[in-house]
Amino acid sequence: MSYRATPVADDAPEKITVTGLDFFYGDFHALTDITVGIKEKAVTAFIGPSGCGKSTFLRCFNRMNDLIPGTRAEGTITLDGQDIYAAGVDPVDLRRRIGMIFQQPNPFPMSIYDNVAFGPRLQGIKKAELDEIVQTSLERANLWKETKDILGRNGLALSGGQQQRLCIARVLAVEPEVMLMDEPCSAIDPTSVQKIEDLMDELKDRITIIIVTHNMQQAARVSDFTAFFLQELAGEAAVLVEYDRTPNIFTSPKDRRTEDYITGRFG
Amino acid sequence: MPSLPSMPSENSNLQLVSRATHLKEIALKNLFLLCAFVAVAGVLLIFGFVGFRGWPAFAEVGPWSFLAGTEWNPTDGVYGILPLIWGTVVVMLGALVIGTPLAVGTAVFLSEIATPRVRGIVRPAVELLAGIPSVIYGFFGLIILRPIIANFTDGLGFGAITAWFILAIMIVPTIATLSEDALRSIPPGIREASYAMGATTWQTIYKVLIPAAKIGIIDAIILGMGRAIGETMAVLMVVGNAPVFPESIAAPIATLTTQIVMDMPYAAGMHRTALFGMAIVLFLASMGLVALVRLISRFQTSIEAGR
Repeated sequence: MSYRATPVADDAPEKITVTGLDFFYGDFHALTDITVGIKEKAVTAFIGPSGCGKSTFLRCFNRMNDLIPGTRAEGTITLDGQDIYAAGVDPVDLRRRIGMIFQQPNPFPMSIYDNVAFGPRLQGIKKAELDEIVQTSLERANLWKETKDILGRNGLALSGGQQQRLCIARVLAVEPEVMLMDEPCSAIDPTSVQKIEDLMDELKDRITIIIVTHNMQQAARVSDFTAFFLQELAGEAAVLVEYDRTPNIFTSPKDRRTEDYITGRFG
Repeated sequence: MPSLPSMPSENSNLQLVSRATHLKEIALKNLFLLCAFVAVAGVLLIFGFVGFRGWPAFAEVGPWSFLAGTEWNPTDGVYGILPLIWGTVVVMLGALVIGTPLAVGTAVFLSEIATPRVRGIVRPAVELLAGIPSVIYGFFGLIILRPIIANFTDGLGFGAITAWFILAIMIVPTIATLSEDALRSIPPGIREASYAMGATTWQTIYKVLIPAAKIGIIDAIILGMGRAIGETMAVLMVVGNAPVFPESIAAPIATLTTQIVMDMPYAAGMHRTALFGMAIVLFLASMGLVALVRLISRFQTSIEAGR
């Protein structure tokens, strides 16, 4: 397997720090005692079998879980040292700083231009600046060449892979500090997967990326750090088994369970 | 070239379709065809009957003096229905102006804000509004609303404004339930995307969801229009029934439907024919509205295909 060429320094600061996090859906205990530090301007991959709580964990970072009634998080998650679950923190503002890409591409049923301009408009950015923001964002999302002549066309008219890149452009338009990607490549064509992996590589100098993926080759290709999650018994809370630099996880895992998963013995 | 049916070979173990099953299938197919045919035949028969009886109104009075005539005076043989068309349009538009925000607000509440439990109470209540007989709305308007309106204006409270409020409530179920369906048919991923972009609930509703459901909501409003144009009894009880151009919104007025009901029991000859002519106008109006809904739906399909 090939790994990222330029490793992140050991003393790189942590962008997000999770300490002793437990998460509940009503009575169901989904995650237990997760402690992890996400390095700034690095790509971190979350891997593990289906249903092991990777996506749930990812959705804690921008508090998307708040939208599901009956959910509860205990422990702390800090962004640049500030507790995002502290009383009074506005989840709406948090989500402007931490963008999210979903498994199913979900462009709004409006023009390509309006999709990308959506976030800047929410922030009250004036029309004069929008054109440039839209172009820059589409360029960064590797979609400008394909769409520059059809910006007025409905976003839904694009192919699945283009739609996903449009969603990435929409997130990049608000210059987020962190981008959460929840299996962004599992519902799209291989060419677009390549383009998305390329753009992740190009973005690594600007933002912190966390990607949930089922594809271990992808995790190995795109990430600097990998976290392996596992729910050992059905109905039990998932744990973070191992977290390390990606090459270490894939070549010399310390935990037997990680090794079993990596070598395809289960999951 | 299609192959000819052949008998299965002697040693085939595939079972043949039994004759009884075959006959039953044909019988059922025709039964359903008959059901559908009754509906279509009903429309054609009514249209044929109304058209046949009403056509002389256009032919003998003359289409222009019938449709654009400003005086309705059957006693003197003057059959101009413009005041009635005007009354219908005024009553309908006012009801839409009051009823649409109410209904769309209800739809947004049901689909985006209400918890499942609250929705379980409110949605049936809204649907029940559609099931209340219109004479009861009329009664409510006559006894409760009319005196209030009379207090605020110098008339007796019979007029367009009273009909607006009653009709507005009557069209709420049509517009609200159809708009709610349109909102709920938006994929959940669209809402998630909006919240994840840092939009508030309000921004999600008016910048993403209402635009996404726009076509469905417009359809709902058009069908509400149809309901408002066709409503007879409740309107009859509160508008005052004067086939004239009203001086104010609180002055008596008549609509096409109310005038037909008022005159039909005693009208004869050309007067009766003119009433059927008015029915043709109503029929064409509702057909036009249904066609409009069809057209808009087709338009939406082509937008989503990106043309």
